[in-house]
Amino acid sequence: MEFRFFYHFGAYLLMLKGMFSKPENPKMYWKQLMQQSVDIGIGSLGIVFIISLFMGGVTTLQTAYQLVSPIIPKATIAQIVRDTIILEFAPTLTSIVLAGVVGSKIASELGNMRISEQIDALEIMGINTRGYLVMPKILGALLTIPCLVVIAGFLGIWGGKMAGVMAGIISNDEFIQGLRQELKVYNIFFALSKSYTFAFIISSVSAYYGYNVQGGALEIGKASTTAVVVSCVLILFSDYALSAILL
Amino acid sequence: MIELRDIKKGFGDKEILKGVSATMESGKVNLIIGSSGSGKTVMMKCIVGLMTVNSGTILYNDQDFTAMDEHEKKTIRQEIGMLFQGSALFDSMTVEQNVMFPLDMFGKGSYKEKKKRVMECLDRVNLKDAAKRFPAEISGGMKKRVGIARAIVLNPKYLFCDEPNSGLDPQTSLLIDKLIKELTLEYTITTVINTHDMNTVMESGDHIIYMYEGYKQWEGSNEEIIFAKDEKLNDFIFASEFLRDAKEMRQMEMFRDKNWRDRLQGGKPEK
Repeated sequence: MEFRFFYHFGAYLLMLKGMFSKPENPKMYWKQLMQQSVDIGIGSLGIVFIISLFMGGVTTLQTAYQLVSPIIPKATIAQIVRDTIILEFAPTLTSIVLAGVVGSKIASELGNMRISEQIDALEIMGINTRGYLVMPKILGALLTIPCLVVIAGFLGIWGGKMAGVMAGIISNDEFIQGLRQELKVYNIFFALSKSYTFAFIISSVSAYYGYNVQGGALEIGKASTTAVVVSCVLILFSDYALSAILL
Repeated sequence: MIELRDIKKGFGDKEILKGVSATMESGKVNLIIGSSGSGKTVMMKCIVGLMTVNSGTILYNDQDFTAMDEHEKKTIRQEIGMLFQGSALFDSMTVEQNVMFPLDMFGKGSYKEKKKRVMECLDRVNLKDAAKRFPAEISGGMKKRVGIARAIVLNPKYLFCDEPNSGLDPQTSLLIDKLIKELTLEYTITTVINTHDMNTVMESGDHIIYMYEGYKQWEGSNEEIIFAKDEKLNDFIFASEFLRDAKEMRQMEMFRDKNWRDRLQGGKPEK
């Protein structure tokens, strides 16, 4: 087990190192980066929209359920919802969902390219496949996933407000008042730091498992599942590590 | 010209190539044949640089490929075109974009010039009408032809084909063989084909290398193979009764030719 961990970790580092070489044609690399950014960013907007709204809604309802004391002002609900979403739900929950959506897509796309010899075809043409295929995916994820997290944060808070108002728990004004109380900008910095870390984990780990697929269609499925599982575990681990270090 | 000097390749304890030396000349169709597991695919992957040899030398026009760094290898690779067994076309691109890809990456000139070259290549393989279609929308034979068009679009000096006839009907197989042969002569390319197909061997094989358990067992032309005495080669090539009959008929035909009769009596073609 230990041996396999070090083997995979070494191979993963070598893959990352192999990405850095002079591009054969920077225009083609740029095109690839834009394509990946659209695939990862725009392609995931729908699911981010849905989970953020419900995540915010559920947070408001559950917070209100627990804050039963009449001495606690209702605006506190909004404050708790805001901080919970910014600190944890928007970066972590969104990233875990994106690990499933984006991670499996990256792993299966590269796996399919490996199995059908498309990666070999690129290598024979003299193209650095790690640079051309893997790097734009990682950069695309680093560009778009933090944006998705910011969108998830806004939508989550808005969803929380909507749920609170519709359920009659809190008024619109009270919620806005709560949002404005004691906002720490550092929390936003923390959320963005997490989102960059998670974006790198999702894209690079999935690319590693997809790029190194050997065998047939069954192995593509296995690589895709492994990529998602490993990404999720690493996201949770780094979530804890970042919280311990930065908070 | 490609020259192999005593190349060896193994995985762990298992030795796949056990010291193979051969010369593949330009303007000729060089075939690597042999049963499954004989090492021909590994040999081709070593020649194109997808695998590194354990020992030995591979020379591309007297340049030592095995001693080159990645940057130098890239330069050689840009002179290589390869047709893969499964065609290896990019699924998300149309036929035209697939053929255009190497030009976009390495070619110079305007879009118009590139497009003209793509259309020339597609025309050469008779696929001009399929330019806007995706790989999933065309047949296996058409995919192979797109693969050939993509392989020749940068005017390569070396063309490698891995099992170009696999999964194709005999008529399409012949068409592909003919096309590869014509292109080899037209552009004086060094063509290397890895095949099981006996039609390819008999119709296109200017130079044949028969691999057996990691060794080069026999080497010669498609005419010499008819009179070859090597038992393992004969068992492999003329495996069925039908093929053995065909061989005898071809032998008789060739024996009627005075030049061949003289050569046979001199014992030259036998290896």
